[in-house]
Amino acid sequence: MEMLGIRKLEITQQQAWDALNDPQVLKACIPGCDKFEPIGENQYSVGLAFKVGPVSAKFSGKVTLSDVQAPLRYTLTFEGQGGVAGFAKGLSNVELKPAADGAEGCEIHYSVQAQVGGKIAQIGQRLIDGAAKSTADDFFKRFEAQMQRR
Amino acid sequence: MSATSFSQLPHIGEALRRKEDYRFLTGAGQYTDDVTLAHQAHAVFLRSPHAHALIKSIDLAAASKMPGVVGIFTGKDIDGKMGGLPCGWLINNPDGSPMKEPPHPILAIGKVRHVGDHVAIVVAETVEQARNAAEAIVVDYETLPALVSVADAAKKRGGVVIHEQAPDNQCYKWTIGDKAAVDAAFASAAHVTSIDLINNRLIPNAIEPRAAIASYNRASDEYTLYVANQNPHVERLLMTAFVLNLPEHKVRVIAPDVGGGFGSKIFLYAEDVALTWASKQLNRNIKWTADRAESFLSDAHGRDHVSHAQMAMDANGKFLALRVHSDVNLGAYLSTFSTAVPTILYATLLAGQYATPQIHVEVDAWFTNTTPVDAYRGAGRPEATYLLERLVSRCAWELNIGQDEIRKRNFINSFPYQTPVALQYDTGDFHACMDKARVLADVDGFAQRRAESQAQGKLRGIGYSSYIEACGIAPSNVAGALGARAGLFECGQVRVHPTGSVTVFTGSHSHGQGHETTFAQVVAARLGIPVENVDVVHGDTGRVPFGMGTYGSRSISVGGAAIMKALDKIEIKAKKIAAHLMETSDADVEFVNGEFIVKGTDKKIPFAQIALTAYVPHNYPLDKLEPGLEETAFYDPTNFTFPGGTYICEVEIDRQTGEVRIDRFTAVDDFGTLINPLIVEGQVLGGLVQGLGQALMENCVYDDQTGQLLTGSFMDYAMPRAADFPMFTLDTVCTPCTHNPLGTKGCGEAGAIGSPPALINAVLDALGPLGVKDFDMPASPHRVWEAMQRQS
Repeated sequence: MEMLGIRKLEITQQQAWDALNDPQVLKACIPGCDKFEPIGENQYSVGLAFKVGPVSAKFSGKVTLSDVQAPLRYTLTFEGQGGVAGFAKGLSNVELKPAADGAEGCEIHYSVQAQVGGKIAQIGQRLIDGAAKSTADDFFKRFEAQMQRR
Repeated sequence: MSATSFSQLPHIGEALRRKEDYRFLTGAGQYTDDVTLAHQAHAVFLRSPHAHALIKSIDLAAASKMPGVVGIFTGKDIDGKMGGLPCGWLINNPDGSPMKEPPHPILAIGKVRHVGDHVAIVVAETVEQARNAAEAIVVDYETLPALVSVADAAKKRGGVVIHEQAPDNQCYKWTIGDKAAVDAAFASAAHVTSIDLINNRLIPNAIEPRAAIASYNRASDEYTLYVANQNPHVERLLMTAFVLNLPEHKVRVIAPDVGGGFGSKIFLYAEDVALTWASKQLNRNIKWTADRAESFLSDAHGRDHVSHAQMAMDANGKFLALRVHSDVNLGAYLSTFSTAVPTILYATLLAGQYATPQIHVEVDAWFTNTTPVDAYRGAGRPEATYLLERLVSRCAWELNIGQDEIRKRNFINSFPYQTPVALQYDTGDFHACMDKARVLADVDGFAQRRAESQAQGKLRGIGYSSYIEACGIAPSNVAGALGARAGLFECGQVRVHPTGSVTVFTGSHSHGQGHETTFAQVVAARLGIPVENVDVVHGDTGRVPFGMGTYGSRSISVGGAAIMKALDKIEIKAKKIAAHLMETSDADVEFVNGEFIVKGTDKKIPFAQIALTAYVPHNYPLDKLEPGLEETAFYDPTNFTFPGGTYICEVEIDRQTGEVRIDRFTAVDDFGTLINPLIVEGQVLGGLVQGLGQALMENCVYDDQTGQLLTGSFMDYAMPRAADFPMFTLDTVCTPCTHNPLGTKGCGEAGAIGSPPALINAVLDALGPLGVKDFDMPASPHRVWEAMQRQS
């Protein structure tokens, strides 16, 4: 599964960077996430419930940030086990840029490459792209709501 | 009794309705999952989500404390305590060295080799509890790169090592035929036609998923295994002798009603063994029923060949020599008969219906990180027929002669015929099938219909397939010399009860074939009694003498022949009783339509009276003859049977959408003597639809890199439905088999063998004017549309 996207954010690049590095914000914004705890430098233990078509599972796994260049970019690597539902692993490159048209705010550019296995791949393969996209949409909806609250 | 006199008996050839349908249609069938034993626990198998990975550790701590858990076993628990699953057929390399036979453990030991590989068995009081516990098992995998497609396996020859015993992932190379003679024929050929094709991988999808219940009796130290299986004696033999090292007489295997097999229930599977073993460890009856997702991952798949073939011809389109190379996918482990399918059951059929003087076939068999591949309806013969019939139609198009004409020019005309690839065809009439099919398909009206389609902006094509298959696999000694590790006979036991009704015990197994009717018809016809008075018992090692089960369209020709041999013995003994009662000599007694008659007189005794006398032997030659009327026979065939036929398919293709509509399909088969034409028709229809399912829509797809099964449910794996087909036109030709007592040839697989090339040839005939020459199954709208776009 591969996904590319650009989002316009109505906050400064520094605000966006801080939020993207705040486990509390990430926990609140990632749909189904009930755990996003630091376990080391740039490493987090993560728990989240994820549903693809008929398969829903609770994943527990690890997120690692690398190639961190504040406030420009990082690479987020994730790996999660969902029991008999299977596994998911992959990485996401996240990059922040000033808004293209010179307007206020900033832009987030992201790409995701993910691989799933087990039942979630067997049954949900054709539904994964849709599920990933709606998860991303949902994430940014919550992210914007969080930012507005600040 | 001779095959000729058998075919003339009353009720032979009568389209009786199936006796078993009453219970099936009223929900009274008794399938494995319908069986419930006292104190029954339930098993769930934890399966690998990875195609290829090392198992670093398995943590059962949380799982074993879950509610209801009775026991959990992993590879560690069985390592050294039992053997692995055996392979039933040894194939040797051209240099005489044996194939690579890596272990196939019952539960993965240290490594998983395909998605769905069994890692642990979890036994709990309920299925839900077992599922929850399975979910709580923590397996630490270290994933390894996966080798997925057979083309990659052949190309890479290593890199990824699936089994250390086969570092290049090759199981064997196998050849048949005279290579030098073929090369010489090619050198002098006027024309050579070449083809590259893929026989797409399939998932069997029986309606009833695999299921089993294992029971251990501490008092008698006996095991009982109920299992959805096509050959319970073979299951028991393989499991006791090769895996669990148990005395065979302490294990009873019962295969009750089985909802479809198509080959996938021939094999001994790890689940059956694990349940049987665990039932003693835990002293519990344990049931397991696969869910549909498990069936997709763990039932042995079918086909999956990549082939290149060439036909050398003279200037008149006469075949001089055929050269074939196939790379075949065996999957991650050797399933029970996986090695025989792409060799003995495939290459020996490549002569087809043609008098091609020289044939050379080379097969390379590969391990990949996919579900094991084994026999699936037709098993090797569909692969041979698809390759040959595609090639033959292409020869016709290249030489600009008709698809029918090139076949007729090359048909074998006299029998017996020795092919250059080991088989000897006993009989057939290929021209008769072709001629009848051409008439029924109204081939003469095709040009007109094509013009009409064209006027509507549609493409129309006609495709031929003249198949032959080898059924009733045998004889045992020949198969043994070719590597079979089992016998290939069948048993039949006829028990005449005192009042003249009969119970027949057969080693064949019916899982949709209608044996309870056909076999009863055979017995009723022979003994001159009503069909209702005959019951057929099968599928229970505790009741039936050792038999080999049902596969390869063998049941009537081998199993039916065994029953005929037992009936011969019954008749001989009954005649002696009759002779005694009528005070004449045995030789003067004739048995006609259920009555024993003294030749040339009106003295006669009905069969029922003989039966009663046998069990109430008051007036009886006790000094010369034992009481009772029950006989057993084992029959080992002297040759294969060779059903054959011609199928003609006509399709119409929508240029806008690529949708292929089968406009008409004509099948003319030669199955020899027909016992029940209604059942034969049902078998042919089922086979046709299964074959056309492969040609039209079915396709098993793995992710090439990760080895994840992409078509893992019915959302992504298309199955054919009634609305996808027209009414089929079916007919038969009869040249009775010359070497069995019924003259039958077998009809179970023909449809699936003959139909795929007929459809694809029709598609290519339709697309030919656009310049499309190559096309691989399935002919789904998207793929057909793409093929049209590539050319225009």
